[in-house]
Amino acid sequence: MKISRNEVEHVADLARLELSGEEVDQFTGQLDAILSYIDKLNELDTADVEPTAHVIHVGNVIREDRVCDSIPLKETLSNAPETDEGFFKVPKII
Amino acid sequence: MEYEAVIGLEVHAQLKTKSKIFCNCSTAFGAEPNHHTCPVCLGMPGVLPVLNREVVNYTIRTGLALNCTINSFSRFARKNYFYPDLPKGYQISQYELPLCEHGYLMIDVDGRERRIGVTRIHMEEDAGKNIHGEKGDSSSYVDLNRTGVPLMEIVSEPDIRTPEEAAAYMRKLRSIVRYLDVCDGNMEEGSLRCDANISLRPVGATELGVKAELKNMNSFKNVQKALEYEVKRQTRLLEEGGSVIQETRLWDADRGVTLSMRGKEEAHDYRYFPDPDLVPLQVDDAWIEEVKKTLPELPDAKMERFMAEYDLPRYDAEVLTASRELAVYFEACNKEARSPKVVSNWIMGDLLRECKGDDQEILHCPVRPEMLAEMIRMIGKGTISGKIAKTVFAEMMKSGKSPEIIVKEKNLVQITDEGEIVKIVEEVIAANPAQVEQFRSGKEKVLGFFVGQVMKASRGKANPTVVNKLLKERL
Ligand SMILES: [Zn+2]
Repeated sequence: MKISRNEVEHVADLARLELSGEEVDQFTGQLDAILSYIDKLNELDTADVEPTAHVIHVGNVIREDRVCDSIPLKETLSNAPETDEGFFKVPKII
Repeated sequence: MEYEAVIGLEVHAQLKTKSKIFCNCSTAFGAEPNHHTCPVCLGMPGVLPVLNREVVNYTIRTGLALNCTINSFSRFARKNYFYPDLPKGYQISQYELPLCEHGYLMIDVDGRERRIGVTRIHMEEDAGKNIHGEKGDSSSYVDLNRTGVPLMEIVSEPDIRTPEEAAAYMRKLRSIVRYLDVCDGNMEEGSLRCDANISLRPVGATELGVKAELKNMNSFKNVQKALEYEVKRQTRLLEEGGSVIQETRLWDADRGVTLSMRGKEEAHDYRYFPDPDLVPLQVDDAWIEEVKKTLPELPDAKMERFMAEYDLPRYDAEVLTASRELAVYFEACNKEARSPKVVSNWIMGDLLRECKGDDQEILHCPVRPEMLAEMIRMIGKGTISGKIAKTVFAEMMKSGKSPEIIVKEKNLVQITDEGEIVKIVEEVIAANPAQVEQFRSGKEKVLGFFVGQVMKASRGKANPTVVNKLLKERL
């Protein structure tokens, strides 16, 4: 097995997903299949291959320190389920 | 058993760029909530962050000042966690390839120099701000203006051994980032924040004990106090045979204690991975050289120069160079007064007291360096006495008028004319026959009484040297 039930539960917890016992079983099986498949890559000999930092070979995409207009408040808040006096309103955190 | 503390500090410094780290929104403080936001810093799907060149420059500048290696190849990583002030669900930071590494900082505590290692300096974005509703309000309110404001995280080695050293490290770091003009260094407003890791171990041991992480210390004083409290708490625990648990504790400044954040702390599992939206950063020697040219004279070098060039004691040089504003003030004043130790005394005494040691107050102090220089020249020429100068200084502070005008308006010119002083001396002698008797019978200490009386009668304006001389003659 590439992944345990516990790990699936932990990852679900980190992603704030609530899974039923059945789902945990189902995903453990599916994730295990995916990871085993990916594991095929380990069969490649990469001893002489430089590690890749990014899939495209470009560096230093940089902009100058210049301020541009931000977007109107109405647009900023337009996807928020709840707002109050310009703030995003969320369930109390503390 | 004797224990020693092992302390490492993680400092977040907000960079003074005009725009955010990955978008063109303004970083200006104090805007209406959510007015400095755009699809990039709001974390909308499909947007592309682009790195701000100045953030790299500022971080290299700091790295050079802290004797770091500047890595020619570095990249950004995603640090994943959920919090309402983090709209993307991850913070863009640097992980295994930070921009600067392997530096150090020298601190001085009670005349003892210590070298504190700097593990790394990396770039990252700040999160937004949550405002929590009053009691009974079941909501929090999120302002994302700060989201994406550039931060530099400076991580020290666990080389710090006492709370005083921790405070000294913070002071030095603040002084340096302010000299470099990369961060305003305001701890109360949160542009410079400090977290501390602290553990204890028996003196002489090399193994590290279990550490606690301290947060929420928003002044130098609080950093020191929180660590002092923590040393006591952990010592007590260990002496009672208990053990320290690895946890995050919040400093409660009002109660003077650290409190466990138990429950809030799910195991840190940030699942860092390279951010595919950002390409690697390559910094060549030419770039580093370019930044090197912008480095100002730093506090340590300035202190050495002040000692050599102005022949000042180490203590004076250290105080005067701790803030760039103060050092500039000193040099401007001394350029005209040409009397370094006298200028230093006035600055360390009256000026610092009036400005409460605050850099901004020094910058906007009504007593300009030229005015203080003029006053010092007046003392040198004997126009006013050192005592009267205190009054003149206070008046300059209040009105911003030049010392010459104040002395004229208040009629404070020192009386050096012997004829005028003799009159007062004779009056005082005539009025105090008992003390005259004491003096003549050998109680020389009474002379001080007479000097005081004459000074009082002249409203502080008589030249003390002349007064002394005349009193001795007449008695
Ligand atoms: Zn933005």
